[in-house]
Amino acid sequence: MTTTTTTPTVAVWKFASCDGCQLNLLNAEDELLDVAKAVTIAYFPEATRAMQDGPYDVSIVEGSITTPEEIERIKHVREISGKLITIGACATHGGIQALRNYADVEEYTSYVYASPEFIDTLETSTPISEHVHVDFELRGCPVDKYQLVEVISAFAQGRRPRIPTYSVCVECKRAGNICVPVAQGTPCLGPVTQAGCGAICPSFNRGCYACFGPQDSQNCHGMADRLMALGMTTEEMTRAYRTFNATCEPFQAESLRHERARKAGAEEVEA
Amino acid sequence: MSMQPTSERTLSVDVLARVEGEGGLHLRLRNGKVDDVKLNIFEPPRFYEAFLRGRAMTELPDLTARICGICPVAYQFSACLAIEDACGVTVPDSVRALRRLLYCGEWIESQTLHIYMLHAPDFLGYAGAIEMAKDHGAAVERGLSMKKAGNALMTLVGGRSVHPVNTKIGGFYKMPSVQDMKALRPAIAQGLEDALETVKLVSTFEFPDFERPYLYLSLRPEEGYPIEGGRVVTSRGDNWDVQEFTQHIEEVHVAQSNALHGLLDGEPYVVGPLARYSLNFDRLSPMAQQAAREAGLGETCYNPFKSIIVRAVETVEAFHEALRIIDAWTDGLEPSVPVVPRVGEGFGATEAPRGVCFHRYKIDETGLVTDAQIVPPTSQNQPSIEADLRELAQEWMWMSDEDLTLRAEVAIRNYDPCISCSVHFLNLTVDRG
Repeated sequence: MTTTTTTPTVAVWKFASCDGCQLNLLNAEDELLDVAKAVTIAYFPEATRAMQDGPYDVSIVEGSITTPEEIERIKHVREISGKLITIGACATHGGIQALRNYADVEEYTSYVYASPEFIDTLETSTPISEHVHVDFELRGCPVDKYQLVEVISAFAQGRRPRIPTYSVCVECKRAGNICVPVAQGTPCLGPVTQAGCGAICPSFNRGCYACFGPQDSQNCHGMADRLMALGMTTEEMTRAYRTFNATCEPFQAESLRHERARKAGAEEVEA
Repeated sequence: MSMQPTSERTLSVDVLARVEGEGGLHLRLRNGKVDDVKLNIFEPPRFYEAFLRGRAMTELPDLTARICGICPVAYQFSACLAIEDACGVTVPDSVRALRRLLYCGEWIESQTLHIYMLHAPDFLGYAGAIEMAKDHGAAVERGLSMKKAGNALMTLVGGRSVHPVNTKIGGFYKMPSVQDMKALRPAIAQGLEDALETVKLVSTFEFPDFERPYLYLSLRPEEGYPIEGGRVVTSRGDNWDVQEFTQHIEEVHVAQSNALHGLLDGEPYVVGPLARYSLNFDRLSPMAQQAAREAGLGETCYNPFKSIIVRAVETVEAFHEALRIIDAWTDGLEPSVPVVPRVGEGFGATEAPRGVCFHRYKIDETGLVTDAQIVPPTSQNQPSIEADLRELAQEWMWMSDEDLTLRAEVAIRNYDPCISCSVHFLNLTVDRG
């Protein structure tokens, strides 16, 4: 099938993920039909049987790389794409399935599957950027639908997306929330986490759990010291930094530091 | 797709569209008979049950939500019920009502997405909803508006629609205010009107004459239509406590799939809208019952293609329930009860839009998970999907490759399979001769 339109062609791809980030494109109910006019949705299997062959001007990639087949497929996607945008914590940081990176995958496979020999998987879950060049990464678990529409619009217009890289605290102050760690002693990872969600957890009276990954100028070490002063243990610190963005450098360094401390049986973690 | 020169014919669709997840289907027809049917799931394994071990029970709602972006609430609440069961805690009625309300939001969002965007294009002859919007603009707009109402409900109660943040073991972090509930009411009331229109619209579609004697399994609570909990009932008369689930349901690992297949005492069975409806028609509101009758449905339904009507009826029920809960809401309710960990095992099951979602956990005295088992709806339906395909391929073998392939795809979409859940896209190949 060929297109006679001059609007940019967009393809949406899925790797290991929960579908939630591409669902957020369908969840942009007020914008969806307008987006479909501004760009040509050329390949989006979750939404349509009509699948145009590449190349595509923009590819949107959800999910992480967890199998040998996915490594080959992402290389092919890169070859047939003008720009490649990754969306969501799986694509940008390996996702929750990257918890295997800290474990024995063989043991994992035999725990979940009766016939592990049928399962073909890599020992790690890795971000797309570890395999091919990525033009823009949109954070979040899941991504925010307004940020997603902004990124697609920006690429359709050939400009840089306006996505802030400051912390959740900025959004939280703007929302007029009372600071949950200061006022209630509730552990909160907002200071080290990138904005974008609208500070929803503190708005719901709970601490941020860092689903948008690290902000630009975070101090994860200092954050951990503060949280431990609020009563968190080394085990809890390891788990707090080891969720949906567990492979990103600042979170990984902290989770490993606390894991080493726990294994050493030390009362205090190394400085 | 290609026609083999020999007595064997091969049809193939590499990527089955409009399902949630990645998989494929292989149909081989030889000498006028269906020789082999396999639903391949290539969604790669994510090892949830393995990495949940060693995590705190309090983390389960946030962690298990990520199994599925379309039905995160199903995972959150099944996990909550299992942990509360293990710790011997029963949540108050107010928490149960708010869980049902958040779950109604997920049903509305997911069922409407499937009716208008994934399934209706098959019946109206379009590749997808965006293409369909060019001729059926008002219908697609109605679907989007209903979906938006469901998502707004989830955002009000849960903070966001994909991976809500307000759920915790024992209840919620924060209760919504009566004022916020009232502000949303008009959108939900409009949604109810739109849902009734939807039942009328989908009842006018043309349905293949196709029925199978399914073994149905669903939940059934003490009162009301099954959503956020209940006992387990089947069409052969079983009535079990959720704890007995694993005594009857076996998960079998087959070679072509990264998902596990569920069998009930060795038999394929069906969960989801058809099962819930056929086992709980008496529990629908009079309004939903009337809508179903006017759409030509009996009190049970064994035609899988008519699942789109049942989904529409269930969407009426979900909007109706949401309004009831919103209208009865009061301020000043406690958002949660404390849940103190103790060594034990707990079981929880709720009705995801596509069927029963079962969780079992063992925890230690500090509340760390030591063992986890999650049975998602789609893996339970997979053997029946294959059986449907086998039968329809046999019945409609005279069709052209293109028509038969489309019908097979529609038969898969009848189940609204969520392959992300069952681990995730379908790839259809048919050999025939």
